[in-house]
Amino acid sequence: MGPERLDPVTGRTTTGHEWNGIEELNTPIPRVVLFFLAAFTLFGIGYWILMPAWPTGTSYTKGLLGIDQRQVVAEQIRQANAERAGWTDKIAKASFAEIAADPAMMRNVRETGRTLFGDNCAVCHGVKGTGGPGFPNLAAKAWLWGGNPEVIAQTISVGINSTDAQTRVSQMPAFGRTGMLDSAKIRSVVAYVRTLSGQKPDATPDKNLVEAGQKVFASECASCHGDNAAGNLDVGAPNLTDTIWIYGGDEQSINNSVFNGRQGHMPHWSGRLSPVDIKILALYVGTLGEKTQ
Amino acid sequence: MISGLTVSERQSALLILIVMAFVGLAMAGVGRGDLLGVHGGIVLMISVALSFAVIGHYYDPEPPAERLAEYYDDPTRVGIVLAMIWAVVAMAVGVWVAALLAWPDMTWDVGWLSFGRLRPVHTSGVIFGFGGNALIATSFHVLQRTSRARLPDQISPWFVLIGYNLFCVIAATGYLMGLTQSKEYAEPEWYADLWLVIVWVTYFVLYLRTLQRRQEPHIYVANWYYMAFILVVAVLHIVNNLAVPVSLGHAKSYSLFSGVQDAMTQWWYGHNAVAFFLTAGFLGMMYYYLPKRAGRPIFSYRLSIISFWGITFMYMWAGSHHLHYTALPQWVQTLGMTFSIVLLVPSWASAGNALATLNGAWFKVRDDATLRFMMVAAVFYGLATFEGSFMAIRAVNSLSHYTDWTIGHVHGGALGWVAMITFGSFYALVPWMWRQERMYSPKLVEVHFWLALSGTIVYVFAMWNSGIIQGLMWRTYNENGTLAYSFIDSVVAMHPYYIARAFGGFLFLLGAIVCAYNIWMTIRLSKAKVVTEDGKTDVPVLEPATVLQAGE
Repeated sequence: MGPERLDPVTGRTTTGHEWNGIEELNTPIPRVVLFFLAAFTLFGIGYWILMPAWPTGTSYTKGLLGIDQRQVVAEQIRQANAERAGWTDKIAKASFAEIAADPAMMRNVRETGRTLFGDNCAVCHGVKGTGGPGFPNLAAKAWLWGGNPEVIAQTISVGINSTDAQTRVSQMPAFGRTGMLDSAKIRSVVAYVRTLSGQKPDATPDKNLVEAGQKVFASECASCHGDNAAGNLDVGAPNLTDTIWIYGGDEQSINNSVFNGRQGHMPHWSGRLSPVDIKILALYVGTLGEKTQ
Repeated sequence: MISGLTVSERQSALLILIVMAFVGLAMAGVGRGDLLGVHGGIVLMISVALSFAVIGHYYDPEPPAERLAEYYDDPTRVGIVLAMIWAVVAMAVGVWVAALLAWPDMTWDVGWLSFGRLRPVHTSGVIFGFGGNALIATSFHVLQRTSRARLPDQISPWFVLIGYNLFCVIAATGYLMGLTQSKEYAEPEWYADLWLVIVWVTYFVLYLRTLQRRQEPHIYVANWYYMAFILVVAVLHIVNNLAVPVSLGHAKSYSLFSGVQDAMTQWWYGHNAVAFFLTAGFLGMMYYYLPKRAGRPIFSYRLSIISFWGITFMYMWAGSHHLHYTALPQWVQTLGMTFSIVLLVPSWASAGNALATLNGAWFKVRDDATLRFMMVAAVFYGLATFEGSFMAIRAVNSLSHYTDWTIGHVHGGALGWVAMITFGSFYALVPWMWRQERMYSPKLVEVHFWLALSGTIVYVFAMWNSGIIQGLMWRTYNENGTLAYSFIDSVVAMHPYYIARAFGGFLFLLGAIVCAYNIWMTIRLSKAKVVTEDGKTDVPVLEPATVLQAGE
């Protein structure tokens, strides 16, 4: 320990310690530090007295204000629901047709439906409901199970190929993989299916191929997709005559669908969304694709 | 460097490396068919490569006994280089993952390119790779200078440095392969954790042994901080990583804790990692290099004492503020919040002590970018600790939690405080270590300073904006009483800020590359000629009774 030294800049002395040229001034702790230390500590003690704070073995000090975050949340949820009840009760009681005819209720549906759809449906169907590879386009209104709100609400509630007991079930067999059709027949039916939606074959059109495909279609596909290939809402079989394709309408994609089959999944939302939310969503889905201002 | 070891130390080194090689072999054997086997192979390869390096110099002549009259700085030099390698790599990964958030399709369906695997490479790489190596390197330097004693032996510092970097390599390669405990900042699996315990205990013992040999009556404040850093990180690491492996031949393990106890243990660890790794250790750095560079005495000895004990005592309670409004009982949240608020006082006292130390040296701050790095670091330390205490208040947290504000807060501390104090210290330390009068290019230090400062500011402002917008979007209701925005709306709104953030990070990375280049060129200068006389005065005080003996 060296002698204490006067520091000319600050006018204070050093502590007399020195390490490798580093010294320390003997400055007392500034009052402002002590003040804030006391003030913040007092705030802490005050907070402990008012709020749940210290453990006491199997329990804890509850605090004079008697605030409990679980009760606070429960109360806030109750209040929020009470505030919404004005219009949600109306929607719950009214029929789909009544709601659709009432502009005020439909405004609620559009506003609330948008966030419900964004948080629950958009991850598969897209923010605007336009779908994507493997996920149906809802804005195009090419419905698999029917497009009136009652049917949509049912689809949302029970899902498709879901774990719900009431689930909608739909499966297209893997015609190629299971050996039900050989590759020549698959090629022909693919060529035929493409003509249904007015698409030109990729290679030179072969009339015989398309005709052979038509026969295959009649015996293997028409039972679900219908003789005119317009689909069947009872089994969720898509219309093959339009330009809307879930898994793609090019030759390779259709070939994949026929060879490996298809079994799309949609989870069931009953139990996860309230009946009113499902009702709102069913109506909101019907508004997708409308021109927005 | 190896020829600087005595023959008996070379033998110990070989013995340790052979044991490690066998451990690696055993891991590769029992873990074949599992990722544990891959890590066994890495341990084996590194151990064998280092063994050959030692064997190559095995018959070199013994180092002269005069070495004992000098400080042992080789590990510090290597530590600085390793720190800069980790800095450039991990910050580059950081810029990449920042870009991924703006353009998420850039993973091309490759597993190891996914955000979830690259992000911990960034966080562990900068915190443990860059920060940890910087702490180890500077702690060896500061410890010897302020104790006026040489490190007690030449093996344990190498064991600590190389062992620690082996841990970092195991960690980073594990993340890329998909290995993780899913505990933030404690991702490495059980075998890596066990290895780090061995390394870390050696580090602590080495520190105590050197302090025991000190030729100064008092222990300097920087050493309190470094010791708190080493001791508490050991405790945190061991407790949070208590886990049961599926089997000894399997990389996967399961934590001893579950549910909310797991969350509380994790954030007790996580927040104190911030406190004792990213704060205490770097305060140790600041308390040596800042007064040294400024040529000024510490403003107040007493303020250092109350700040030290305030920080060490108060931080321990604060972790639960990471779990406000969760299943964690409210009384635990209360304690976390109140202690976090009181914590602001010792934190600001430390920052104030640093800034007031510069009184009488502000003209140097103006002219010397190195000192300016340290000054700005102290300012950011003050800002980040204020922000931290503020965000720990439950009402504020309900807005800031889960948003980018947290990311902004962390980077204000990590870029502004931790990295800046490290760069400042390195710019002071590198010329001393390589016996030069100054860095290769003071101009590039100036360039680095402005890149680092502007990068930090762009980053932090981008995250403040996006965080507060996110938080507000998540809590805005329309007149129907339903949320006005879906989550995806808030993601879309973040896009411009994510681009700005990636740009800020890119500026900061550029600065780090400039720094690495400058250090590299300074080292090359030292190969040409040694300029400074410093080596003659910068020596330990020998114990009076010490008789120098070969092989000591």
